[in-house]
Amino acid sequence: MDRAKPSALRTPAAQIPVAPRRARNGGSGWWRGLFDTPANAVITAACLLLLGIAIPPVLRWTVLDAVWSGTSETCRSASGACWAFIGEKFRFILFGFYPRQQHWKPALTLVLLFGMIGVTAVPRFWHPRLVVLWVVAIIAAVLLMAGAPHPGTVATDVWAGLPLTLLLAVIGIGAAFPLALLLALGRRSRMGGVRWMSILVIEVMRGVPLIAVLYAAILLLPLMLPAGVTLDKLLRAQLALAGFIAAYMAEVIRAGLQGVGDGQYEAAKSLGLSYGTMLRLVILPQALRIVIPSFVTLAIGVLQSTTLVIVIGAFDFLNTARVAASDPNWLGFFDEAFFFTGAVYFLLSFLASRYSLWLERRLRR
Amino acid sequence: MMPPTPLDVTPSGPRRARGVAARMARALHDWWGDRPWGQFALLIGAVAIFGFFGSNAADNMQQFGISPGFSFLDRPANFEIGESLIRYGAADSYGRAILVGLLNTAAVAVLGCILASVLGLFLGIARLSGNPLLSGLVQIYVEIARNTPLLLQLFFWNAIAHALPSPRQALGIGGSVFLSNRGVFLPAFRDPAAGWGLGLAVVTALALAVAISRLRRWRVRTRLPGQKGLGLLWGALVLPFIVLGLGGVSFAVEVPSLHGFNFAGGTAISPEFAALLTGLVVNSAATICEIVRSGIQAVPVGQWDAARALGLSPRRILRLVVLPQALRIIIPVTTSCYLDLTKNSSLAVAIGFPDLVSVINTTANQSGQVIETVFMMMMTYLTINLAVSLAMNRYHHRLARRGGVA
Repeated sequence: MDRAKPSALRTPAAQIPVAPRRARNGGSGWWRGLFDTPANAVITAACLLLLGIAIPPVLRWTVLDAVWSGTSETCRSASGACWAFIGEKFRFILFGFYPRQQHWKPALTLVLLFGMIGVTAVPRFWHPRLVVLWVVAIIAAVLLMAGAPHPGTVATDVWAGLPLTLLLAVIGIGAAFPLALLLALGRRSRMGGVRWMSILVIEVMRGVPLIAVLYAAILLLPLMLPAGVTLDKLLRAQLALAGFIAAYMAEVIRAGLQGVGDGQYEAAKSLGLSYGTMLRLVILPQALRIVIPSFVTLAIGVLQSTTLVIVIGAFDFLNTARVAASDPNWLGFFDEAFFFTGAVYFLLSFLASRYSLWLERRLRR
Repeated sequence: MMPPTPLDVTPSGPRRARGVAARMARALHDWWGDRPWGQFALLIGAVAIFGFFGSNAADNMQQFGISPGFSFLDRPANFEIGESLIRYGAADSYGRAILVGLLNTAAVAVLGCILASVLGLFLGIARLSGNPLLSGLVQIYVEIARNTPLLLQLFFWNAIAHALPSPRQALGIGGSVFLSNRGVFLPAFRDPAAGWGLGLAVVTALALAVAISRLRRWRVRTRLPGQKGLGLLWGALVLPFIVLGLGGVSFAVEVPSLHGFNFAGGTAISPEFAALLTGLVVNSAATICEIVRSGIQAVPVGQWDAARALGLSPRRILRLVVLPQALRIIIPVTTSCYLDLTKNSSLAVAIGFPDLVSVINTTANQSGQVIETVFMMMMTYLTINLAVSLAMNRYHHRLARRGGVA
């Protein structure tokens, strides 16, 4: 790929004839394009008009007329947003139906997972031992959610809220990785049978919507297991999610494998390295490094996709917010609930996407 | 490949047949590659696992008294479907119910792709404009659409669609379109045949246009005489419309009007459909906006400079130099965006719109024919994907033949 550098890309963008920027008189700041031509002046005026219409009601709803504390009655008499509802329902939205006196467990799970994500985001800590640490952290988190120090006392039905969303995403990605690696290698294999099976799995998974995969897992798995064997519903959803992620991740890894030059493969082979050693020491360290930013993008998609477990009746972060607004005492504050959850999802995804851009620049150096 | 032996030059009947067979065996052997037996073992292992699951499923289904096979499609469905493009009632068969779901999915997907393309194209151009305010606003839109879950956006639009005023206080747009909590009411042809006829005429005219432009290009390439008169062929495009006009179909348009507590006349879109369509369009338009932007920006600056040095006008630079190159990047990615939109339309089940997945789920729960229904659902989406992939491959081959695929 011979792509022009980002700085050079700006030039043609500015010269799209739709909104020409001809006059270059005076100034060089970003505001230069606001009024330099009659067309731009009209566009600017139209945008300002639009903002003038849109901003005041939004500002009134979110801040000026909003109710920050009080009961649902105070909220209903006001015209703005009811942030008192979020305050009242904060713990429910965060942890759902998890037993209230044990809320420290999901809270600790959140701290643990966010802490691990924070540590993983620092390139200096990238080390094989980090993988071991993740496995330990995930096992600890699952045991904690199950009611450690007495695991098994809290049924998975009441796992809910942000910890559940994060667990689904993190375990989904973690479980998908080995499978994705095998599928990616299989798709690039010169063995026809292996290649064909890998392509079949990847394309079937990528060809159907996640909801279809979730329904298939929920409906089919119980039927296909021997009589007497049952799988937890959440576990079934998690399996479906992991399989689905694996197909997309395999394509990401494949792009990385393609990005490693043929010379690397040939050099490794001429050194007499076996296939496994070649992958471990030469190919994978380079291939995976290339695709780390794509992994972050994939993780954002996974975080947003976990919301679909709603269709099987699980209480993820989005669903707890929805249920909170269905409480008879606080019925109908859906706007506030969705605004709050939306803000949290946005913050997480936006930070991750900025991080991915930063990482891309850093790795290119 | 083996070098041809002298025997191959004058092959006799049986020997030649053996040669072909040997060559095919050799090709198969090459394709199958290393470790033939290990691969066989893997394949057999995969089949065995499926067999194990399948036999369990067969046992379990027998226990529940469910007979495998697709005969259940003829049995009455016994459930209502909220909205349908074809006539449907609870007494109709499961097969017809699934067809209703499929048509609903198709309607959302086709309308969604068209609207998202139009909106996305405009947004992409706005994003590239030299005006920082406009470009910044579009960027905010894109960030919000892409950094929040689609399901959340659908819930939001669904809440809005249901929070609209009742039909009596409906929001009117230009006195012909009405937004209310009972749905969106649009003007429509009084005669349903008019809509179908018009659609058919447009499709015929498009096909004619493609045929004419091919014919003209072929004429130019082969330098046959009679180039000039061909321009008149474009006149043929009005033919389908003339036929339609002579067909005696009435094109009277009916505007919805308030009768009692609801609207009558025109056509109605349910709140769920409106919410789903809006959510999908708003979400995909953000993606298409980014695709258009990156596609145009990927054309090297030198191309713009060279075109300007030739003295081309800005319009012609865009049309003749930049867009043809940008489209090579834009079209494949946009196609996969269309596929995503189609797949994402399955989120309809969460806001109560009866799409394919929703109807299949109800059917599976009610009839117990889980394997068959899930199989049908998977096959439908895979068929759509396969068809689009094949079309894309053809497109790539055409580009490669013209000598310039990225």
